[in-house]
Amino acid sequence: MYRYDEFDHAFVAGRVEQFRDQVERRLSGELAEDAFKPLRLMNGVYLQLHAYMLRIAIPYGTLSARQMRMLAHIGRKYDRGYGHFTTRQNIQFNWPKLSEIPDALADLASVEMHALQTSGNCIRNVTADHFAGAAADEVADPRPYAEILRQWSSVHPEFSFLPRKFKIAVTGAERDRAAIQVHDIGLHLKKNDAGAIGFAVYVGGGQGRTPMVAKKIRDFLPEQDLLSYTTAIMRVYNLHGRRDNKYKARIKILVHETGAEELSRQVEAEFAELKNTELKLPEADIAAISAYFAPPELAARAEGWANLAEWKKADPAFAAWVRQNVQPHKHPDYGMVTISLKPIGGIPGDATSEQMEAVADIAEDYALDEIRVSHEQNLILPHVALADLEAVYRGLVAAGLATANAGLITDIIACPGLDYCALANARSIPVAQEISTRFGAPERQAEIGELKIKISGCINACGHHHVGHIGLLGVEKKGAELYQITLGGSGDENTSIGEIIGRGFEPEKVTDAIEVVVDTYLGLRLDPSETFLAAYRRVGPQPFKDALYGDKTAAAA
Amino acid sequence: MADKVLTANRLSDGISVWLDAAGNWNEQLQDAFVARHKEAVDALEATGKQAFADNKVVDVNVVDVEEVDGVLRPLRMRERIRAEGPSIAYAAGYAGLTATAQPVA
Repeated sequence: MYRYDEFDHAFVAGRVEQFRDQVERRLSGELAEDAFKPLRLMNGVYLQLHAYMLRIAIPYGTLSARQMRMLAHIGRKYDRGYGHFTTRQNIQFNWPKLSEIPDALADLASVEMHALQTSGNCIRNVTADHFAGAAADEVADPRPYAEILRQWSSVHPEFSFLPRKFKIAVTGAERDRAAIQVHDIGLHLKKNDAGAIGFAVYVGGGQGRTPMVAKKIRDFLPEQDLLSYTTAIMRVYNLHGRRDNKYKARIKILVHETGAEELSRQVEAEFAELKNTELKLPEADIAAISAYFAPPELAARAEGWANLAEWKKADPAFAAWVRQNVQPHKHPDYGMVTISLKPIGGIPGDATSEQMEAVADIAEDYALDEIRVSHEQNLILPHVALADLEAVYRGLVAAGLATANAGLITDIIACPGLDYCALANARSIPVAQEISTRFGAPERQAEIGELKIKISGCINACGHHHVGHIGLLGVEKKGAELYQITLGGSGDENTSIGEIIGRGFEPEKVTDAIEVVVDTYLGLRLDPSETFLAAYRRVGPQPFKDALYGDKTAAAA
Repeated sequence: MADKVLTANRLSDGISVWLDAAGNWNEQLQDAFVARHKEAVDALEATGKQAFADNKVVDVNVVDVEEVDGVLRPLRMRERIRAEGPSIAYAAGYAGLTATAQPVA
């Protein structure tokens, strides 16, 4: 993984001391709230319902064991013993005292971490495929390019005060696990016919109150043009993006109002000016960054195949976990392990400090010291020998982290919702917990198969409900919570925005409604291999509307 | 007019607080001073503005409450959750909403 150089160390340490001074001046009254608020946001500090919240950047979701232990320490020393992994591959702590946050940031800096650009109208943490560098279907590792973008975008003077926040995601495989088409810029790393590396470039995707699927404006951008082309997009956006209305300020609105063709023309014109400037990436620089992400030396561990077969035969629970939570690795003797942060009836994305330490220990002992955070709010061990899977599993069981539900109906994404968030209109977590409990039986989950439920507590869509196979949006109606159901969303290479199915449901009725949707699917699927999403795309919303509302009049109400 | 209380978040640690009858920022909603007429509400608003200007609290708001069997209950769910804490058992050992929902004697 990337290691800080002297410049990085000095820069991050400088920012910690700068923020310490700002906090001291705020607490002494020298700085008023209006002056301080933008400064704290630049350092990842929000004010939520109950307390401040500190959002820490995890660049492209990659962590070492040492860094994970530090997050455990932050949780224990400055918070209430836990943290919340987010849909942007970051972590949030919900209870830090403002007066102690500079100390927490200093601790983080000691392991090359910070909270910069996790808020504000700047380029946010660049996200990537959580299986990067390990996936069998990968063309190239997206993380070196994500790191190049991170370095370029960090306190970039031209792009620190954009019309609105800006999110970039990179994937290196045809199968999109980074939801690139619902990002401001989505980069799909690929090889052209000549074998050269480059990107398909998507622009103007996003969720929130106006969900949009990104438009592809380039089929193949050579890798050396990454920064010049991205700069061209940013300049067009910075110049023409709306600043008069925050709800219309994201680039997706500009793309929509300008038209992808015209926007592409403007970007290409800007790019022509920038193409052969200092923004052109020298091969040596790409190679230098790529070297940090060189694949680990993976020794042949062929004994794992026989071991695995035996262990699976002896322990059905282990077999179920392997089937659901272990994916094929580039190296045939290895697997990629998903550590579910979705225990049945639990809080999606939460982990205690003890659990973080357990994951750090396991990563160090069995996974070459690498951990990832997925945008689906799980943790990943990208390189585990099949021969070590049993030991990893035992360690995870002991830590309460061995739920075998990756990709199943209980692997629910949920934003913090009204239990924490100052923007929320309704709670997300208790809804996720009730659905998880209702469908928690392993046999039932297996029967239902792949099904992604995503829950947001407000229209900002941090819980990605627009791209949930089943999405739930919490709203406030007449002072009470109400949940609107969308169906048919998807955040993969065939991205689609879910359709609102009809009137919303009260909290005590929403799990029943989900059950009706699921039972309807089970009744109409062609065979068990037809997933919920495939079935929905085949039959459309009507059978689900009929099942939920009985007649068309009710559905329209 | 609905009964009203003054709430905010304490500057130093962000914890939710309510203004009590002694003029202190108290962590318990049940200890809050309840304004039942316009003059009292005006006084709350003035106190809130001053406390914000004095850098004691942030995010100051007057919110509607009702009193049921001697227990104060905010009308909005958002404010009930602010008063009672997250409605979920968020970390090992946390007792959950019911423990903190009880009025303080």
